[in-house]
Amino acid sequence: MNIHEYQAKELFRQYGVRTLQGVVASNSDEAAKACKELGGKIWVVKAQVHAGGRGKGGGIVLCRSADEVYEAANNLIGKNLITPQTAKEGVEVRTIYIEEGCNISKELYLGIVLDREKELPVIMASTEGGVEIEEVASKNPGKILKVHVDPITGLGDWQARQIAFGLGLEGTQIKNCAKFMKSLYKLFVDLDCSIVEINPLVVNTDDEIIALDAKINFDSSGLFRHKEIEELRDTNEEEPLETRANKVGLNYIKLNGEIGCMVNGAGLAMATMDIIKLHGGEPANFLDVGGGADAKQVAEGFKVILSDPEVKAIFVNIFGGIMRCDFIAEGIITAAKEINMNVPLIVRLAGTNVELGKKMLSESGLDLISADDMDDGARKAIMAIGDNS
Amino acid sequence: MSIWLDSNSKIVVQGITGKNGQFHSEQMLDYGTKIVGGVTPGKGGQETLGLPIWDTVNEAVDAGANVSCVFVPPAFAADAIMESADSGIKLIVGITEGIPALDMVKVKKYINSKDVRLIGPNCPGIITPGESKVGIMPGHIHRRGDVGVISRSGTLTYEAVNQVTEKGLGQSTCVGIGGDPVNGTNFVDCLEAFENDKNTKSIIMIGEIGGSAEETAANYVKEYVSKPVVGFIAGRTAPPGKRMGHAGAIISGGKGTAREKMKAMERAGIHVTENPAELGKTLEEIL
Repeated sequence: MNIHEYQAKELFRQYGVRTLQGVVASNSDEAAKACKELGGKIWVVKAQVHAGGRGKGGGIVLCRSADEVYEAANNLIGKNLITPQTAKEGVEVRTIYIEEGCNISKELYLGIVLDREKELPVIMASTEGGVEIEEVASKNPGKILKVHVDPITGLGDWQARQIAFGLGLEGTQIKNCAKFMKSLYKLFVDLDCSIVEINPLVVNTDDEIIALDAKINFDSSGLFRHKEIEELRDTNEEEPLETRANKVGLNYIKLNGEIGCMVNGAGLAMATMDIIKLHGGEPANFLDVGGGADAKQVAEGFKVILSDPEVKAIFVNIFGGIMRCDFIAEGIITAAKEINMNVPLIVRLAGTNVELGKKMLSESGLDLISADDMDDGARKAIMAIGDNS
Repeated sequence: MSIWLDSNSKIVVQGITGKNGQFHSEQMLDYGTKIVGGVTPGKGGQETLGLPIWDTVNEAVDAGANVSCVFVPPAFAADAIMESADSGIKLIVGITEGIPALDMVKVKKYINSKDVRLIGPNCPGIITPGESKVGIMPGHIHRRGDVGVISRSGTLTYEAVNQVTEKGLGQSTCVGIGGDPVNGTNFVDCLEAFENDKNTKSIIMIGEIGGSAEETAANYVKEYVSKPVVGFIAGRTAPPGKRMGHAGAIISGGKGTAREKMKAMERAGIHVTENPAELGKTLEEIL
């Protein structure tokens, strides 16, 4: 789960991680007023969207007067911001963050992630701040300093200093940097983060270490013990169908094709998308109904799939293990009663209670195409679309 | 012969009184798995499914258990795994889905100092057909044979197993290593064990997007595996940055794509199929 920069900075402050003062605004008047509140002669107006690359899309504006702040806010709020990481049409800006200025003497990069290979958290730091870190990683990997942290002992003082020295800091900067690292690492662990990234991290002319940007991504498996974090979720930033499916415990991801998929298990769901593509079709979604779904959830899954206007056929691919084929059949029948199944439905059932499931479907009188295996199902789904259009 | 699990394995089920623990313990017993009892702290002394319940894994080990199967909910699962490791259990099978990644980081660090193997978490478990089944896979699709199966996924493994069985072949052991970013047993561990197992004659390996475990496994196959290997990678059509159900199935920073993994496997001499419905057929063709 992602949160906005202003939310991440609020968490930073709670952990004693140094940030600049800032004010959140949702219209131009509030924005202009924020300047007075913050004081100073220079402000940065920042669009609050989850997508990265905001600077490149014009979402970060340097202002030298309240009028300029008003103007910048006016140009951002309610408009779509297009960045290298958003869809073509961009994403609507609803909130902006107005921050005080800062005298920068050095721009750095800092990130904490889970290193899957070493199975340890790793702190990555680089003197190449402000640029795309993936680019630095591929062109100049030597410029990235990595420090792995033992989960039992935590980040050692010597490791925090290692990072400071590695970044070429000197004098009081070293002590400030070490304190910054320890606070940030504590936040990473306490809040079950999967990514904490600061780009740029800056050293100001008073030798202080300050997070100029803040990106936090949380491990969704850890959210059950952080209700306060869950409340920071901004559903405006999520695909509405994904949010709706999530509410009933289904794992749905919208894609751009025409064949809706309903599958049990993440691996089989991906493989089903792959086989559709292999035979020349395009999957409309990823949908894992999981092992514990009941007929009601399955029915809701159908409604979600059919809410996507691009969907021209649905391929149900179930290999019953924990999930029983009769539950799926019941879900299909329930859904068909509640909504108009106006597209061809291709069903492949295998595994637990397959005979019962098939019998229920054939007795329901529903108009559906049954498939022998997943290959057959994918082909029939593609053919069904051809017949319809 | 088989790897890690056979008819002599004695199982304790952690979380046996929960809904999933109860249902699957019954399924395992039906399959012929030797369950000695279950552990639910606070319910020691009671019985379920005609089996004793203990408060601690220590008591289960005293009663002969050497394998544990964990159905404990995510919030307590890491602790349950470490309890088993501390009690002298030799094989822990973690079924639980949704254990926080940083909990698993600690678990890995802890169990590395013990003489124990962890399979999973977030996996279907392990089965040696005709001998023992520890996990949630449907037993009836399996058949005793000489194909070793390794997979990061659950139902996709059933798909592969079913194809093998339908071709008239069977499996030596099937291991679901799980879909989480940090897990106990990896592809290389399984490949090594299958290479050393006299009764395994060929291997099916099913990976998915995210991480670099498949690339590491491919390098291992190239160097050390003499038996034929068939491979598939799920998620060729997955967009970057989107988590495909499994916590570990995500393409981030342009890394972990299916294309890269397939290439690495092909370079290692693995017979990669792009069609998940043709795993059985591909295997039949090379044998």
